[in-house]
Amino acid sequence: MTILLMALMVTGLHAQSKSDLPNVTVKDLNGKDVNIAKLTNNGKPIVLTFWATWCGPCIKEHNALNDVYTDWQDETGVKIYAVSIDDSRSTAKVKPTVEGKGWDFNILLDVNSDLKRAMNVSNPPHTFLFDGNGKLVWQHTGYVEGGEDELYEEILKVAKKKK
Amino acid sequence: MRKYILITVALALISFGANAQSFLENSQVNGSFQTDVQYYMLDEGIGITDLNGKKLGINGFGKVNYTNGNFSAGIRFEAFLPEMNGFRQELNGVGLANFFATYDNGFIGMTVGDIYDQFGSGLVFRTYEEWSLGMDNALRGARVVIRPAKGLTFKGVYGRQRYFWAPYLERDFATDDYRGIVRGMDAEWDLNQSIPAMNESKFRMSLGGSFVSKKQYDQSLFYYIPENVGAAAGRINLGYGNWAFSTEYAYKINDPSAINNFIYKEGQALMSSLSYSQKGFGAVLQVKRTDNMSFKSMYTGKQNDLDINFIPPINYTHTHSLPSMYTYSTQPNGEMAAQLQINYTIPKGTALGGKYGTKLAFNMSQVNDIVRDSVMDNGQLVINKPGSLGYASNFFAVSDHRFFRDINFEIDKKISKDWHITAQYINLYYDIETIEGHAGAPVVQANIGFLDVTYKINKKQSLRLELQGLWENEVRAGYEYEESEKKDFQKRGDWAAALLEYTISPHWSFSIADKWNYGNPVEEYRDHYFTGTVSYVHEATRVMLSAGRQSEGVVCVGGVCRTVPASSGVTLTVSTSF
Repeated sequence: MTILLMALMVTGLHAQSKSDLPNVTVKDLNGKDVNIAKLTNNGKPIVLTFWATWCGPCIKEHNALNDVYTDWQDETGVKIYAVSIDDSRSTAKVKPTVEGKGWDFNILLDVNSDLKRAMNVSNPPHTFLFDGNGKLVWQHTGYVEGGEDELYEEILKVAKKKK
Repeated sequence: MRKYILITVALALISFGANAQSFLENSQVNGSFQTDVQYYMLDEGIGITDLNGKKLGINGFGKVNYTNGNFSAGIRFEAFLPEMNGFRQELNGVGLANFFATYDNGFIGMTVGDIYDQFGSGLVFRTYEEWSLGMDNALRGARVVIRPAKGLTFKGVYGRQRYFWAPYLERDFATDDYRGIVRGMDAEWDLNQSIPAMNESKFRMSLGGSFVSKKQYDQSLFYYIPENVGAAAGRINLGYGNWAFSTEYAYKINDPSAINNFIYKEGQALMSSLSYSQKGFGAVLQVKRTDNMSFKSMYTGKQNDLDINFIPPINYTHTHSLPSMYTYSTQPNGEMAAQLQINYTIPKGTALGGKYGTKLAFNMSQVNDIVRDSVMDNGQLVINKPGSLGYASNFFAVSDHRFFRDINFEIDKKISKDWHITAQYINLYYDIETIEGHAGAPVVQANIGFLDVTYKINKKQSLRLELQGLWENEVRAGYEYEESEKKDFQKRGDWAAALLEYTISPHWSFSIADKWNYGNPVEEYRDHYFTGTVSYVHEATRVMLSAGRQSEGVVCVGGVCRTVPASSGVTLTVSTSF
């Protein structure tokens, strides 16, 4: 009996698993509230990437990601959320820019930079990779040509661990 | 009995253990650090013959956040020892610049400390922080957010704004710190989230309204300064399918200040946008009218000090070095502006689209002054006379005085697996007299072009070449100028620039660049600005070292600008977050 209870205690201690997704609410392109802490992807990896319409390297990174996104999704089930930190001077441009460039990511609007502050983003682009439990496993600031390959290696590691 | 006690104790222990553990497990600490160091050197070639005793500028911050479930708190420490050239001298100092604690359970959110928030598009209230400008107008006080039902949000804020390092508690009128108190409230109703029948509707609608007031202290010897100044705004966002429309109107009662030359006119602002987007195509049209809408918590505030609101500029933000020399900054006393942007992707697999598609973008923006007519003041017709009502202005009239126009076209094409080209043409009109305050200086009218070619050597390495040219229509080599106005011709005339960058993904980047003002009308200003930069990135840590010359110019983020003097030397930037 006592042993059983002890065992239960130990399991109790490890039942909770920690998520690094912050409790911050942003909006999607339709103005709907999205709480970042509640993002899920059926246990598959999630990428949050901060960008702005006026950020050259961000646009380059997104164009490169968009070219490979469908393949990545097929292979790993990863979901990419591109968080725009555009403020009121350019929020109206976000949707036309995203659609005009043909990007397939989920777009979120962080108009008041709440999420940017909560995740300590100084300058975009800044990319975060979370595993299926919402645990932060990798992050990277800046973009240079080919940078998406490193991200994919990390996504593959996370996706494999899951299996 | 003993057994039950044992079980109860064990269960209590389990739940306590689990709670303590989950408390610890839910505790998260994260933060970021950045240090920018500049070492200045004499450089007679670009006119730096005296450093005024300042060899070093250091700007640094460290920020730590703690979160645990619904609770979060954070502090930010800043050091300017002394501030880098181009930053305000008042920043010089070290200290705890910012702290906050928040509890938010979804229904109610309470924050005490330094608050960053905005109502609507910020026309009556926006506090924010922009490190690269040394700008921070945080409101130190309290905020309450209540969400009584889905789609319904009420906010209230109260406090005093950051003014460099001035103390918050005691006001020191001797040092011209007349900062007032800011209080505001905002309500937003999103019908789609609030009404179940509209949850999945193609028609989207949200409404909002805000009221903000400042209580300031009249210290003026010449004018009666109103001690309470209120401003209100209303907004509406509509959407149907691929269409979206939003508009916001703001009104402010009389608010004489150093910025508006102490006139007693009311202020108004209207901003609207209409957009259409579908896969591969997006278009947006924005219009804006602002009139006397500078709103500061201290009527003697200058430049960007103590802004309560934010008037967004609506124009394209250039990032290449030549076009960004002439970035527009919002004129607080009034402007009429319009912008049209179109993005289109020629689909993959078509003759023009090729294998990867071709991305096209067009942007046009223009800003003119508003029309100001004289008003009666003590039996005399006056315009903008201090102490008077200032002027009368027809809401729909556009002045012939054009501040700015930018027409640009961009093509972005991935040619093959290894080659990528971006090219842009820009036609620019920039009233440098109004925007930068060079009295009498001729308008900048220029054609600008750049070509950006990237070649992927292999999976990790790539080369990027950037070529830029800026050609002014009138002010070029041979343009006649008065000797006394020579200083106004710094950076004017024709420019050429080139940059070569070699990157090894994901860590390294090496680049060399030159900007050459070869066509300046003043011979001694025809300088080269060479720079070399090395940067290393490891995950969220970045180290960048650059050496060379920096031309005199304006650094702008979000339409708020700071001027940077010409300098020569070495810059080191280290930033990391965890």
